Amino acid sequence: MVGTPEVDHARQHLIDVLRAELGAGLIDTYLKPGLDVWARVSPDAWCRAAEVCRDKLHMRYFCFLSAVDWLPSPFGKSEDGVSRTGDEVRALTAANLAEGLDHGYCGGDTRFQLIARLHSVTTHLGIHLKMDVSDSDLTAPSWIRAFAGANWHEREVHEMFGIVFTGHPNMANLYLPGDFVGHPLRKDFPLLAREVKPWPGLVDVEPMPGEPAGEEDGEVSGEEA
Amino acid sequence: MNTLTERQKLAYIAGQAAEARINVELETEGMTLNIGPQHPATHGTLRVVAKLDGEQVVSANPVMGYMHRGYEKLTEVRTYPQVTTLVNRIDWLGSFANEVPFILAAEQLMEVEAPPRAQWIRTILFELSRIANVALFLGDMGVQLGAITPVFYAFRDREYVLNLIESATGGRFHPNFDRIGGIKDDLPKGWIEETRGVMVKVRRFCDELEELILGNPIFAARTRGVGVIPGETALHYGLSGANLRASGVDWDLRRDGASPLAWNQVDWKVWTHPDGDSFARYWVRLQETREASYIVEKLLDGLPSGPIMAKVPRIIKVPQGEAWVSTENPLGEMGYYVVSKGDLGPFRVKIRSASFNNISIVPWVLKGVYVPDIITILASLYFILGDIDR
Repeated sequence: MVGTPEVDHARQHLIDVLRAELGAGLIDTYLKPGLDVWARVSPDAWCRAAEVCRDKLHMRYFCFLSAVDWLPSPFGKSEDGVSRTGDEVRALTAANLAEGLDHGYCGGDTRFQLIARLHSVTTHLGIHLKMDVSDSDLTAPSWIRAFAGANWHEREVHEMFGIVFTGHPNMANLYLPGDFVGHPLRKDFPLLAREVKPWPGLVDVEPMPGEPAGEEDGEVSGEEA
Repeated sequence: MNTLTERQKLAYIAGQAAEARINVELETEGMTLNIGPQHPATHGTLRVVAKLDGEQVVSANPVMGYMHRGYEKLTEVRTYPQVTTLVNRIDWLGSFANEVPFILAAEQLMEVEAPPRAQWIRTILFELSRIANVALFLGDMGVQLGAITPVFYAFRDREYVLNLIESATGGRFHPNFDRIGGIKDDLPKGWIEETRGVMVKVRRFCDELEELILGNPIFAARTRGVGVIPGETALHYGLSGANLRASGVDWDLRRDGASPLAWNQVDWKVWTHPDGDSFARYWVRLQETREASYIVEKLLDGLPSGPIMAKVPRIIKVPQGEAWVSTENPLGEMGYYVVSKGDLGPFRVKIRSASFNNISIVPWVLKGVYVPDIITILASLYFILGDIDR
């Protein structure tokens, strides 16, 4: 980005207001000057954070709400064509969890994190809010009272990740059939198409004209450990 | 003079009571009307289950998932360049516009910027996708109201635009033309002149429809004051694009977003309408299509020369980080939240598609309307099924 300021006063102001309103409920923040801002809030402050953004920061536009499963996929990218049994997947998952997960901006303590974005159509600034979802009960407070549009997004998160939203009137599946077993966007949910047939196009690097093809392949497989 | 006797009065009251009792006894759960999944008015496989009381809708719930393809899961086993092939298929009428925000998100994480010529050509193709996409809506809205003619005009003139996209990218529907760091090819010879000619045709098409549809009293009667969405409600549901601007909210990411694309380099106007009804949504889209043709012409006038690809490594690895990029797509705000762990492919991609939010207001807006208006309101909200189900 050309001309990105080193200090972003407008976005820093968002963080300051959130800190003043939420106090200890605001756990961590991350600011990319000129681009975006992230804030991680505690589950208790999740609904309050939405209201503060809506009422104090003019962010009345609800953009999206989703979740991230920070577990590294036990299946990799299915590049090796090896299919793993359920026990192997469970062992790998447990080992990954014991090792500690590598969270993104603002850190995290749990496997699942909610992430939502609100935006202001007047100041043209947006914010990403994150929340840790407790590993033991996988529940989160619903945003429906603050933003009616959160309804379907929360239903989607519920079926895809298995996170239950308290205060949501209808946690029925949105896309999946009613009797579907499993939560497809969890990392330990296998992509069955890849189990049946390995993806042939994982490395799509074609050799340039006049260059030998061999070295490219070597480089990729070496890095893809 | 005929005064009622006491007996007559009592008989009248008894009759009223009996009628009321019958009404109460006949009050069943109401009728359930199933629209779709296969229905000409559903544009794909959106199913709406409407509970009716007579002609009035008591509650309406869209049932989705008939076309869910799991793109968010599939992106996790793809490399970055391969993802564009997938996301092409989200909003299949404006395919090129789907690729752009994802590529921009990857470029933002890699701190790569495409050269100016590539950005301008991206913007031109983006606007052509918009015309190809919205032109179909402009014609199709007539079909929903019983006017068959406009859709033929729409298909006829949309074809010119699709031919342009095809001759530049090689694909009529799924160009897969955007690359991290630039675009695949430069424009073919003679393309610019051809495009100018087509833009004149697009404007003539808009004029025709303005006379055919907007001036039509039946169209006005069926759409004016129908399906009104106030601006504040629209914001809370996350409506975007023309649906939001038709509710009087003056917000367009092309003008208000920090995009490296070339919209800010030319003069153009954001159209809004204060009414928030079906008519306003149609009117705004019609103006936007015409405006898009002007934007394309102005971009062609100022098209810079130079390279079309920045220097990027052959094997694209995106550094660790998170990025959110959204653009003003034909259907509204389309964005990608990309989480990268420094691999060849993304760790997680959240696809924020416009139609998903736009349609989430359907239970709210359909409550209390009459059955024939279900179709016009759904049509005026304008969704693409692939953009809802992803």
